[in-house]
Amino acid sequence: MAQTFEEISAADFFYRNRDIAGFTNPSRAIFAAVRELVENALDAAESLRMPPDVYIRLLFEGEAGKEAQIYRLRVEDNGIGVPPRHIPSAFAQVFFGSKYKLKQARGTFGLGGKMAILYGQITTHQPVSIVSSTGRARIYMYRLMIDIQRNRPLILDRKVLINKEGWRGTVVEFSLEGNYLRAMPKILEYFKQTALVNPYANLTFVDPKGRLYKFTRVTEKMPDLPEETLPHPYGVDVELLQRLIQVTPYRNMFEFIKNSFHRVGETTAHKFLEFSNIRPSKNPKKLSHEEIVRLMHMLKQYEEFLPPNAGCLSPLGEELLKVGIMKELKPEFVAVCQRRPATYAGHPFITEVAIAYGGEVPKKGDFIVCRFANRIPLLYDEASDVSVRVIKSMNWRRYKVTPDMPIAIFVHICSTKIPYKTVGKEFIADRPEVKKEILNGIREVARKLRRFLTRREHVDRERKRMGIFSKYLPKIARFSTELAGEEKPPDIRKLIRSVKKFGEEV
Amino acid sequence: MVKKYKGIMIEKKKEILTSLENLGAKIYGQMDNGFFPWIEMPSRSTENIYYDPQIRQFILGDKRVRRSARNIRHVKPFTQLVWTAYFSHELTSQRKTSTLRDVYYSAQAYEMKFKDQQESNSIITDLETVLGFSREDFNIFPEERSAVFGDLTIEYTVPGYEGKTLNLTSHPDGVMIGPALTSSELVKTTADKVIAIEKGGLFTRFIEENVHKRFNAILVLTAGQAPRATRQFIKRLNSELKLPVYIFTDGDPWGMHIATVIISGSANAAHLRELTTPDAKWGGVWATDIINYKLPTDPLEEVDIKRLHELQRDPRYKDPLWQREIKTFLRIKKKCELESFSRYGLAYVVNEYLPRRLSELKG
Ligand SMILES: Nc1ncnc2c1ncn2[C@@H]1O[C@H](COP(=O)(O)OP(=O)(O)OP(=O)(O)O)[C@@H](O)[C@H]1O
Ligand SMILES: [Mg+2]
Repeated sequence: MAQTFEEISAADFFYRNRDIAGFTNPSRAIFAAVRELVENALDAAESLRMPPDVYIRLLFEGEAGKEAQIYRLRVEDNGIGVPPRHIPSAFAQVFFGSKYKLKQARGTFGLGGKMAILYGQITTHQPVSIVSSTGRARIYMYRLMIDIQRNRPLILDRKVLINKEGWRGTVVEFSLEGNYLRAMPKILEYFKQTALVNPYANLTFVDPKGRLYKFTRVTEKMPDLPEETLPHPYGVDVELLQRLIQVTPYRNMFEFIKNSFHRVGETTAHKFLEFSNIRPSKNPKKLSHEEIVRLMHMLKQYEEFLPPNAGCLSPLGEELLKVGIMKELKPEFVAVCQRRPATYAGHPFITEVAIAYGGEVPKKGDFIVCRFANRIPLLYDEASDVSVRVIKSMNWRRYKVTPDMPIAIFVHICSTKIPYKTVGKEFIADRPEVKKEILNGIREVARKLRRFLTRREHVDRERKRMGIFSKYLPKIARFSTELAGEEKPPDIRKLIRSVKKFGEEV
Repeated sequence: MVKKYKGIMIEKKKEILTSLENLGAKIYGQMDNGFFPWIEMPSRSTENIYYDPQIRQFILGDKRVRRSARNIRHVKPFTQLVWTAYFSHELTSQRKTSTLRDVYYSAQAYEMKFKDQQESNSIITDLETVLGFSREDFNIFPEERSAVFGDLTIEYTVPGYEGKTLNLTSHPDGVMIGPALTSSELVKTTADKVIAIEKGGLFTRFIEENVHKRFNAILVLTAGQAPRATRQFIKRLNSELKLPVYIFTDGDPWGMHIATVIISGSANAAHLRELTTPDAKWGGVWATDIINYKLPTDPLEEVDIKRLHELQRDPRYKDPLWQREIKTFLRIKKKCELESFSRYGLAYVVNEYLPRRLSELKG
């Protein structure tokens, strides 16, 4: 029998392989759907530097078998809105998005929201409804389905309303199969941690039982917006080089190199071309395939390129991270540390770590590890994550820390390209450069924690000391008074004071 | 006989009360002058315990320790010591007695918790060391009680019984050696010796066999290692009534040591005097008796042998008799109990062994 060959669309591919994107089972699926839409909403508000207001509602619609129910998910935001002509593709065409640029955002693949919608469509056969406005005169309403085989949006219905109130934002609503009860702990944890790394956001969640969870912002301050950036020479591959050559308006290598790459100026461009023996006047459009491959290798070999700067990144900042942790966990002590920008394979990244002790940090017999990437909490596959490995490898006794203490460790990595191991965005791969930053960051905050614990131990000891002296000295006074047959006890206030003074000195 | 003990006792009680009050006044004064109170006492650590061949007992050397309420580790035991002094003062001045156990519990009424009995006992020992009096002087007695039997008339000095007399033959089980007895006057006796016995069984046998009459003896049951009150009482019998003392124990290193503690005291009580009877003699059972009387025996065990080697080096055992017996034990590797004479009949020990031994020891 002859083999049959066929091509499948991107939508079809993810339809067949929804596990890769995290839609493994009804409970994972409902978690992933909530998460993808919330992240889109946060991105949409942040891109305007608006403190996000996100409203999430899950409604129970009916049973769908033993382990699954049908829910209706609605997510509203006050974000930038989607221009009407892009609405169908943004929500019903896989690999369509606005975040392919070289700057930090939660979304990267142009896939997340659609995976949720696609999953809803294949489990309930219902269209998704989108309402969006960029704040201008009109509000657009769409009912869409995904043409899975062709990876194209199907527009079932379209309405245009007058935007009398000047509303801006997006509402996404669709039905999907899921298991909320199973997913509930993770979903609530997700909101809690999201509130923690986005302390400037309001999150309101109404769950299928009608319970209201509110996470209120404690600050209006937001991290600086990332700038869009050019690719760094160390990070390019042949594919990207070809694309850059295709779009460049320049007709000689010198101008091309100077204008297409991050942190490459005149001098560097000259030196590089000299180093790689390429004629500055050569037309980049005329490079052969072999020459492009060679150029890629030379770019990686040349050691003088300046490291990428972090303008394309938008870390949370030590202050906001601290505020977020204080808000959600009210710890007795918290130390935060933002590492200097670093790079792996030409991608800049910044690591932020924090350690919190006591307060509402639960004692679980092991450290609580909260991992974040581009301000997204990562909740699954903890054991495989690089942060957890780093934490496990450390000698915590050096920091006076044992696993039975109420300690939470936070690791936030932001990058234009987070080294996720899967499209499910659940855990971060063991990149040595990333590992090193995490390790150094944790060491620094751990040292601060040690200082705190030592101090506290000291204060405790002093308090105990004081307690002992103020318990016993009066008794000595009393019994010696009786023994000596004196009338009134000796004045021991001075003695007690001297103990106290001694205690404070140390 | 002159009643001298009462006078001594009254003097001593006064002295004790004064020394307790002085201790209080010293501490009071230190505090009143704005200093952390402190006391000094001889160190009781093993390096500071010496055997004094002159007075034939253990004594403390010159090393002294200082306890200061300034020191976080000392302030609690210091307080306990002051409380114990206060409590002893109450007991002594009200002429009440108390046991070590009582002290431990009484402390709780003053929010002066001791961790355990051992802690309170060791604080009492501290107080003994500081003041140079024994706890019995402060009217604190241990629980263990031994007994005495024989023709000795005593006169009580304890409240409620003052002036009452008692003859120590009046109860066939013997009279318990407790605070009332040890504080009594020794009024009158016909006895000319004291026989101290380690075990209750033989004590009773001796009474039944009229040993007190036949040998003119006051019988004392030590009930194992003699309590301090008993040692002090034996000492009084020896020094006030001038009665020689003979001690009979099991024939093993442990029995030997019971005798030695009565004779030369223990290292634990090196800070105290008046507890030893250096002229008392160990009457048996000797290792040589095992051979001469062909007594039934048990083999020496590892611990016994180890103990014998320790005793061999102990200055209290340097007498030729001790050394001879230790060597013999080690050679025959056997030990026996006091009761082992019963193989020759119940009365044998009294009829044969005792008279022979007593005359040997006198000669
Ligand atoms: N709530 C929203 N407000 C404004 N724009 C949105 C919103 N949701 C989605 N978009 C637009 O739709 C695009 C596709 O979203 P989608 O979640 O599918 O992919 P992504 O966010 O770009 O990448 P990722 O796969 O990493 O989520 C986004 O890039 C964004 O331009
Ligand atoms: Mg997205």
